[in-house]
Amino acid sequence: MAEKPLTLAEKVWRDHVVVRGEDKDGQRSPDLIYIDLHMVHEVTSPQAFEGLRLAGRPLRRPDLTIATEDHNTPTLEIDKPIADPISRKQVDTLRANAEEFGVRIHSLGDENQGIVHVVGPQLGLTQPGMTIVCGDSHTSTHGAFGSLAMGIGTSEVEHVLATQTLPLKPFKTMAITVNGTLKPGVSSKDIILAVIAKIGTGGGQGYVLEYRGSAIEQLSMEARMTICNMSIEAGARAGMIAPDETTFEYVKGRPHAPTGEDWEAAVEYWRSLRTDEGAQFDAEVIIDADELEPFVTWGTNPGQGVSLNDVVPDPKNFHDPGERESAERALQYMDLEPGTAMKDIRVDTVFLGSCTNARLEDLRAAAEIIRGRQKDPDVRMIVVPGSHKVRLDAEAEGLDEIFKDFGAEWRFAGCSMCLGMNPDQLAEGERCASTSNRNFEGRQGKGGRTHLVSPVVAAATAVRGTLSAPSDVLQPVPA
Amino acid sequence: MEPITTHTGIGVPLKQGNVDTDQIIPAVYLKRVTKTGFDDALFASWRKKPEFILNQEPYRHGSVLVAGPDFGTGSSREHAVWALRDYGFKVVISSRFADIFYGNAAKNGVLAAKVAQPDVELIWKELEKEPGTEITVSLEDCTVRCGSVDTTFDIDNYTRWRLMEGLDDISLTLRHEDAITRFEETRPGFKPKTLPVKV
Ligand code: SF4
Repeated sequence: MAEKPLTLAEKVWRDHVVVRGEDKDGQRSPDLIYIDLHMVHEVTSPQAFEGLRLAGRPLRRPDLTIATEDHNTPTLEIDKPIADPISRKQVDTLRANAEEFGVRIHSLGDENQGIVHVVGPQLGLTQPGMTIVCGDSHTSTHGAFGSLAMGIGTSEVEHVLATQTLPLKPFKTMAITVNGTLKPGVSSKDIILAVIAKIGTGGGQGYVLEYRGSAIEQLSMEARMTICNMSIEAGARAGMIAPDETTFEYVKGRPHAPTGEDWEAAVEYWRSLRTDEGAQFDAEVIIDADELEPFVTWGTNPGQGVSLNDVVPDPKNFHDPGERESAERALQYMDLEPGTAMKDIRVDTVFLGSCTNARLEDLRAAAEIIRGRQKDPDVRMIVVPGSHKVRLDAEAEGLDEIFKDFGAEWRFAGCSMCLGMNPDQLAEGERCASTSNRNFEGRQGKGGRTHLVSPVVAAATAVRGTLSAPSDVLQPVPA
Repeated sequence: MEPITTHTGIGVPLKQGNVDTDQIIPAVYLKRVTKTGFDDALFASWRKKPEFILNQEPYRHGSVLVAGPDFGTGSSREHAVWALRDYGFKVVISSRFADIFYGNAAKNGVLAAKVAQPDVELIWKELEKEPGTEITVSLEDCTVRCGSVDTTFDIDNYTRWRLMEGLDDISLTLRHEDAITRFEETRPGFKPKTLPVKV
C-alpha cells in the first residue's frame, strides 16, 4: 500500500516521534517528540534550571542547547552593569546557570549575542526539518527553514532541559497560499499583516500554518523569517515554509552547517521535506500578492490593520459585536478618529528592530529609502540590529553611517523597544511606527501607541513624520 | 515530588468562592528567579489584614485548605500552586477547580480534592466549632474525614496515580528513557550541535 500523502509539518513530526501516544476512551494521549535544538534566554529559564537543581537532575543534552541574552539587555553603554536590578539578576542568573550546566552562552558584547531568533539562523544552527523550541512565542521564526519551531512555557523548558523531549498533542494544518508578485515597496511584513487581518488573531488556533505559493517562493530567507515570526500573532502553534534552493544557499557555509558528505546527506533529506501531492490540509487560505499594498495597523492587536492608502475604520461598520467593541476600545487607546487617512497620522518615534525585522536585509532596505535624505526633525528614530553580528555586518557596509547621517540612533543588539522590559520604552501617549510584531496596549511602554509596519514603511515614515509608503518619498507628490 | 497516600493536617476554612490566582499570589511576585520560597507570597494582600484566617492561631499551621467553589480561576500562573505548596498546603478542597489550576496542582504534588458543596459547608462548621480540627484525606479510598464528617472526593484515575506515585511530568517522561536513548542513536549525523563552539 502506498504511504498516505503527508504535509510538510506532518513529515517533520513523524520523524521526531519517540513514543506514540495511546488511544484510550476515544482520546489520544500526546506523542513524545524529540527536540533537536533548545534555545534559552534570561526571562523564561531561571525557574527551569532551578527545577533541575531541586530534583538533582542533569541537563540531558548541553550540546543541543544554546543561550543568549536579549530581552532585558540595554542597547546603549553595554559595557556598564545593567541598571535595573531585576533585569541584572535575570541576566546574572542565566550566566550562572549556563556555567553550572555547561550551556554555551552568548553574552553582551559577544558577536553572537542578540535576539535568540536572529542568532539561531545566523549560526546555521537553524536548519530544515528540525524541531526547535524556546521559552518565547516568536520561536515560530525558525519555521522559515521548514522546521517545526514552537514557543513553550517555563515548565516545558525544564522538561526539555531534563529529557530533550516534549509530550505534544498533534495539531491541525492550514495552508496559506500566496500567489503572484509583490509590487515594489511591498514586503513580506505586509503579507503577514494581511494574513492576520484576514484570518484574525485567533484564526490559526490549534494549527500549524504552511505558507506556500509563488510569492513565497520568490522571497529571501530573511523575508520568509518575518512571515513565520508572526504566525503566533494569528494564534497558530507554528508556521512553516518548505525548504528549497534559497534555504540551502542560506544555510551553506554557516558555522554549524553540515559539510562534505554530511552536507550531501542533509540536502537529500531536506529535499524530501515538501507537502506531498494529494496531502490534505484541514483548512486553506488564499492571498493574492499582486493586490497587496503596504500595510499598517490602526488598533491594539496585530489583526487590526489596513492598507496604508486606507482610512481609520469606523467601529460602527464591524458587524460582530465583539469586534466592534474591541475596535472602539482600540481607537480610544490609540487616540484615533474614524475616517482619518492613515497617511495623515503623525508619529513621534520610529523603531527599526526586533526578531521580526532587524536582520541585515531589513536594515539595507530601510537605508536604501533614507540614503541622502533628512529625517523629519520632530521624529526620533532608533535602529537596533537583531544581533551584534548584524550590527558589525551593517557597519562593514557603511549602513550605520547612513542611519547616523539621517539623524537616527544606532544601537547595540537586543529586543529593545519591542517590549517594555528594558530601558528602551515609549513614554505615555507617544506614538510609534514599529517594525516589531505586537501592538498590544503598553507593549512598548506604558501608555505607548504602536503602529506595526515594514522596515521600508518605517523608513519612509521617519522621512515625512507621518505614516508613509516608500513611494511617497521616492516620487515627488504631483502638484 | 513526594508521593501522597494519606495526609492528616489542620483544616483551614476559606469561606469564599472564586478565589482567583491573582489573590492566591499577586503579580508582583512573578518577577523572581526562583521556584521555591513563595510562602510569603501566598494570599499576600489578604494576609495584610489581621483578621485573615491564616493570621490566626491555630489555622496558621494548616495544611488542608477548604475553599468555596471555583478555586484557582484567572491567570494560568503556576506560581499559585508553588505558593500553596511552599506555605505547607498539601491538600486543597473545593467543589470546583479551574482547569489549569487543577492541572498545575497535580504537576506539583498538591492534591486538589473535589468535594460536594454541602459537604464543604459541613466541614467548615466542624473547623469553626473546634479550631485546629484535623482533616484526614486518603487517596487510597478517596475519602475525607473531619470530626463527624465522613465523605468522599472526586479525582480522575490518572491524577490519583501520579500523586500516589509522586511522579512529576519529567519523571513520567523519564520512564521512556530507553526509548529516548534509542531514538538518539538513530538521529542523522548531519543534525547540528551547539558544542563544541565553532565560531
Ligand atoms: S524581539 Fe520582541 S518578539 Fe522578538 S524575542 Fe524579543 S521581545 Fe520577543
